[in-house]
Parts: sequence; C-alpha cells; structure tokens
Amino acid sequence: MKELWELYLCFARIGAVTFGGGYAMLPILERELVIKRHWVTIDELMDYFAVGQCTPGIIAVNVSTFIGDKRKGAAGALAATLGFITIPIILITIIALCLRSFADLQVVKNAFAGIRVCVCVLILNAVTRLWKKSIFDVKTGLIFAVIFALTVFSGSLPITVSPAILVVAAAVIGIAFGPAGDSSTGNKTEGASK
Amino acid sequence: MIYLQLFLQFCKTGLFSIGGGLATLPFLYEMSRTTGWFSYADIANMIAVSESTPGALGINMATYAGIVTGGIPGGIVATVGLTTPSIIIILIISRFLKKFKDNIWVERAFYGLRPASVALIAAAGINVAAIALVNSGVSFTQFGAWVNWKAVVLGAAIWYGQKKLNWHPVIFIAIAAAVGIVFQFA
Repeated sequence: MKELWELYLCFARIGAVTFGGGYAMLPILERELVIKRHWVTIDELMDYFAVGQCTPGIIAVNVSTFIGDKRKGAAGALAATLGFITIPIILITIIALCLRSFADLQVVKNAFAGIRVCVCVLILNAVTRLWKKSIFDVKTGLIFAVIFALTVFSGSLPITVSPAILVVAAAVIGIAFGPAGDSSTGNKTEGASK
Repeated sequence: MIYLQLFLQFCKTGLFSIGGGLATLPFLYEMSRTTGWFSYADIANMIAVSESTPGALGINMATYAGIVTGGIPGGIVATVGLTTPSIIIILIISRFLKKFKDNIWVERAFYGLRPASVALIAAAGINVAAIALVNSGVSFTQFGAWVNWKAVVLGAAIWYGQKKLNWHPVIFIAIAAAVGIVFQFA
C-alpha cells in the first residue's frame, strides 16, 4: 500500500510539471525514475515510449501505465495513471470554470482570438515535424491525401466518415500494402510525438 | 444520461486516437458536429488552454470538454473515459512487450497509421485556421476581406519566431494573447 501511494505521489508530481505531455516528459521521467529511484532502466523507458506512442490513447498515460504495472501490477498502473492526471484535472477545472464566467469580456475574447492564431502555428509545426517520418513514398502520400480530403471536406460530403473508421482503415491498408519485412522504412521509436 | 454519453464518447476517442494529444482533435470535432456539446471555437480555446497548462494535451482537452459539457463531474468522467482504453490495452501489451515491439504486422499497420494520424491532425489544423485566420460571414470570393490579415501577420511572425527561438510554446501563447488584446483581434 505504501508503495502504491509512493507511485501515486511520484506521478502526481510529474503530471504537475510536464507541459504538453508525450516526449516532453521523457527527461523528467528519466531523472525521477531512472536516476533517482531506479524503478526502471533507460532502455525500458525508451521501450515504453516506443510502444506507448503507437498504441491507442494518450502517450503520457500509456507510459505511466507501463511503469506502474512494472512496479506493482495492475494496481500500480492505476495508481501511476491516476497520479499523473490528478493535478491537470484540478488545474483545468479551475481555469475552465473561471473562463466560463469571464468569456464574455471583450479583453478575454481578444486574447483568445490572438491565441487561436498561435494554436494554428503550433499545429502546423507538429504536422511538419511528423511529416518526414510518416510520409515518405507514394502509398503513404496517398493515404495522407485521401484521409485529409475526407476529413476536411466532411461537411460538404454526402456521408461523413468517422475518424475512428479512417484510423482502422489506415491500419488495414498498412497491413495489406505495407513494406514486407523491411524495418528501415518504419522506425517506430521516432514516429509521432505529443 | 449526459455522463454516460460523455464517458462513451471519450472512450472511443481514447481507443482510436493514435499518436497522442493532437490526435484526439478529429474526435473532438466529430463530437462537436454530432452532439453540439461545444463549438469549433470552443475547441480552439481548449487547445490553447491545454497547451499552456501542465499535463498531457489530450487529458487537458478531455477535462475541459467534459466541464463545458457537464460541469465538474463531466470533466472527471470525460478524462476517465479517455484513459480507460489506454490502461486496459497497455496492461495487456506489457505482458508481451518484446513480441509486440518487433512484430512485423504491428510495423506494417503503422506504415498506414502514421500518415493517417498526420492527415487527421492537419485537417484539425484547417478547422482551427478557419476560425483564427478568416473573417466569418464574408464570402470566399471577396478574398481581401475574407482573410483576417491581422491574424495572418501574427501567425507568420509566430511561425518565424518559433523557428528561430527555442522558446516554450507557452511563451508564444502569452505573446499571442497580448497581441490579440492590444490590436483587438476579436
């Protein structure tokens, strides 16, 4: 029980200082878990990230679950993940409630209109960063083009395809037409981030 | 039963979004379209707040979306919904981690999944741009009035700044907010 509590507290602290999640938390995890506590080795940590980013869901949650599970099984996994999300939930709750009461102020509207421009740039940067590792031949280019078009023009198409279906279809296409046994094309340890 | 709906919608998001926080965006837009719980502008604000608060982007957006939809309990239910599939899947995978990592079929699936993930994020970016960089209520044919030139200039400046300066995104968000207030972007 003491160890579970320790796991929870440790991940609560990590959750409170990680901005952005994903790979942003790697140096923090390395310091806290590999160097200070010796809970995992750096190789294990890299494995968790590699698999955590190509399994469904939030990368930070996936990695927390792996580490918690390694320490204390399923209960440890729960403790670590709950720890990780505790502080963000509290902070976002406070911010969201405040924003709701101030949303009609002109100054808040102006601020968010400016921030939305910044968000565009952040997304553009994420896309260009992921582009090189993801789109490198005709087939991957085609997958990108078709899914992008279906999603952007979903409002003006007769049928709307759910992103869930697109994701499943992309996986099936990858399995059917992906490279046969050539591991050089897919380096999943460096694929997506965030 | 709004809480059950929220839980299920975010379970679906957690189950099918691959590649982390931004990959949840297409699902938030789908939710906005099909349920009307929040608007596209709300989502753009959620991204901004989530990027500038500690914690994983996807978690923060789920909490925010849940609160907008169902108050504080909604925020908790949405976040738990988002993480539930992750926890179950990882607990299963961790039993045979090595095999999963080097499996050729997993690798081939990712050959298709990676470009799909980029496409979905890029499409979400278009949705944000449609709100941030374009004047609503103006026809595309009047291009000069359609484009929000103030916003485009700010965007170009931030893009250039991010390339040159290795500052944290929060700083650029703060600058963008200040510019928005001073030059009355809304």
